[in-house]
Amino acid sequence: MMQAIYQAKGLSKQYGHKTALDNVSFEIFPGRLVGLLGPNGSGKTTLLKLSAGLLRPSAGHVFIGGQEPGVATKTITSYLPDRMALPVEMRVDDVVNLFADFYKDFDMVKASHMLADLKLDPRQRIGTMSKGTQEKMELCLTMSRAARLYLLDEPLGGVDPAAREYILNTILRNYSEEAAVVISTHLVEDVERMLDETLILKEGQVLAHRAVDELREESGMSLDEYFRHVFRV
Amino acid sequence: MEWNIEAGRPVYLQLVEQLELAIVTGALPAGSRVPPVRELAAQAGVNPNTMQRALQELESRGLMQSHRTAGRTVSAGPEQLDGLRRQRARALADSFWKQMQALGVSAEETAALLRAAAEKENV
Repeated sequence: MMQAIYQAKGLSKQYGHKTALDNVSFEIFPGRLVGLLGPNGSGKTTLLKLSAGLLRPSAGHVFIGGQEPGVATKTITSYLPDRMALPVEMRVDDVVNLFADFYKDFDMVKASHMLADLKLDPRQRIGTMSKGTQEKMELCLTMSRAARLYLLDEPLGGVDPAAREYILNTILRNYSEEAAVVISTHLVEDVERMLDETLILKEGQVLAHRAVDELREESGMSLDEYFRHVFRV
Repeated sequence: MEWNIEAGRPVYLQLVEQLELAIVTGALPAGSRVPPVRELAAQAGVNPNTMQRALQELESRGLMQSHRTAGRTVSAGPEQLDGLRRQRARALADSFWKQMQALGVSAEETAALLRAAAEKENV
């Protein structure tokens, strides 16, 4: 039997009195593209930060490749944070070298191809790029690793529709049966064609974890319509 | 090949339909090699697992054949293609006739309009 690459068991996180995640459990298997959906404040970023080892759970566990987040899981997890985290004073080629030094699974050739697609000058400084270009660059670096789990926190938020298409295409072209990709986003319509599954959070709890085509067949709605229906105010 | 995936229906079914259409119209001719799953998935902007499932469905219908080392080819025979073509044509005719009825156009008039359209095409 195949083993889950990414798993949560009764995972909870509290910030003071505020509960951000409440007893979340799920299993995600290799080869799956998963949309992590939910309104603002539903716990998506907290879940991804816990999984990337940036936060500690208040209760419960998260496992990546069977281990709790730490040095070992970071070598197999490629995480794109919700805010651009590249050092603005560095140049494109410096950052590429930094990633190559840092991550054994970093594919220099793949990264160079992608950055050439974006028409980035290797000597350009990160700080002089537009926000959209910075985000595309960061995604390219994230996807240039041969990881087992990709955690992408809102990779589409700040970029124009053409750039969105480029980003989604990059994710699809890097698809591997060995790896799972988790994408958190509000732009349900843009991602729904490419997802296997959706994990929907509501107020820190799992509202649904379903195969997307199944959900479409049952509800007669697109994932986007379903989402609006469930969260109608 | 052109893809047009709508949001409301299962992607899998739409892929099966559009691949079938591509085979019938000759965009994917009989005997030709089918591009790799990953390539097709990226073209259509869909999940590779979904594309894989659609291709397997076409295999089980005998329209494609997978070879252990050489990928997939279109294996539909002339009779099967003809059957599919007729099936599609009937479905189109049914839906066209429903729309004409909704407009209040009679069967005779519809037939005459179709004939006229065909003649215009021939000039």
